[in-house]
Amino acid sequence: MTQLSPGFADPVLDAQASFRAILDAMSRPGRIQRIAARITPPAPLCTAAGAALLSLADADTPLWLDAGAGVAEWLRFHCGAPITGDIGSARFALACGAAPSLEALDVGTDEDPQLGATLILQVAGLVAGVGWCLTGPGIQNEHRLRVLGAPADFITAWAQNHALFPRGVDVLLCAGDSIAALPRSVTIAEG
Amino acid sequence: MTEAGYNFAYLDEATKRMIRRAILKAVAIPGHQIPFGAREMPLPYGWGTGGIQVTAALLGPQDVLKVIDQGADDTTNAVSIRRFFTRVAGIATTESTGEASIIQTRHRIPEKPLAENQILVYQVPQPEPLFKLEPRRAETRRLHALADYGLMHVRLYEDIARLGHIAKAYDYPVMVNERYLMSPSPIPAFDNPKLHQMAALQLFGAGREKRIYAVPPYTPVRSLDFEDHPFRPIRAPHACAICGSTTSYLDELVTDDAGGRAFICSDTDYCQERQETPKVAAQ
Repeated sequence: MTQLSPGFADPVLDAQASFRAILDAMSRPGRIQRIAARITPPAPLCTAAGAALLSLADADTPLWLDAGAGVAEWLRFHCGAPITGDIGSARFALACGAAPSLEALDVGTDEDPQLGATLILQVAGLVAGVGWCLTGPGIQNEHRLRVLGAPADFITAWAQNHALFPRGVDVLLCAGDSIAALPRSVTIAEG
Repeated sequence: MTEAGYNFAYLDEATKRMIRRAILKAVAIPGHQIPFGAREMPLPYGWGTGGIQVTAALLGPQDVLKVIDQGADDTTNAVSIRRFFTRVAGIATTESTGEASIIQTRHRIPEKPLAENQILVYQVPQPEPLFKLEPRRAETRRLHALADYGLMHVRLYEDIARLGHIAKAYDYPVMVNERYLMSPSPIPAFDNPKLHQMAALQLFGAGREKRIYAVPPYTPVRSLDFEDHPFRPIRAPHACAICGSTTSYLDELVTDDAGGRAFICSDTDYCQERQETPKVAAQ
């Protein structure tokens, strides 16, 4: 039996602090927030992606992931989230390797766009102030964000996702303890 | 010292997660009402159960909470909600708009412009702007899906045809990011311009109706109007009897049995601040 690493040291306050960082990221797309909670999720899961799932996923949110059995076991134990092999029925999708196509995820319906899934995309790095040019709600003029290791053709795929608005997928970009968000309302241009 | 026997900020963690997921989707879809499983709270519907649940899902030990009821920090509703969170979360509270990190409000937006590091939480009695025109929830959901807001335009037009102006002084409907028609909650129409491009995040919680919605920071919010009848925020044409402000929203007070009237600022913190800084008041 493998040793399972612990989740949040303080399940209440670490979840609260992580949520506020995610909320800041979601309200100001492209701005990078730090996750303060110290957790050591099993590889390849990074701190930010681990903290996002610990604070948001539970038995009500089917979870799709590509991170292997160790991560699946860790999340099943700490979140109690049902792991699904069908990405189209997942509320949260965790991609540590090759990113799944945004089209494969649930985008919700016109009457219930909130059913659109959240993709937690683990990337190599996030740099603010350079790169992609983001505009939309939450952004006064423009925010710039460089995503190291972003999927090829992501901007084209994102434009298609954005065109579905109010339906669509929201993305949390995670690298180490950094997190940035791309709500479906945001427009991305090559920078 | 927090009350023993309760989780931090009263709600259990599963409920907070559910509310937090709803808040994140609400921010991603500005102006769209997200259904959520509102819990029974230790105060009746109409006293801010929706706002309290949103605040409880946000609160951390570092937060400083301000609660206003019609602009006032010292009314029963505001005092009891501040006391509630002091007891169940042990957090600091304030009456100063500038010092608060979270401001829960019933029916006003503070006069002082909010900053990026603040969150404004509205208590909402009726989240559906079309409710009085179309009571069937299934039908209004479809109208929102189709962005079909003709009903509301006709209602405003009928006001103009009958009365010569749009007779809606509060809960004045707005378009959020030119997509969703939204009820700003019963804030006076005077406050509507403050919704537009606000630096702070705005969250709306309706407990009885079980809906959460949001306006992210720096989001366009337009009060519905017509080219020949532009939106006009209404304000009583007086100066505050206490601080002399000619720009703040005023409450009308009856002072005697002989028809005496006085007008004072509805935002008590704003009025207080102006009384304490005579220089500002003199301007």
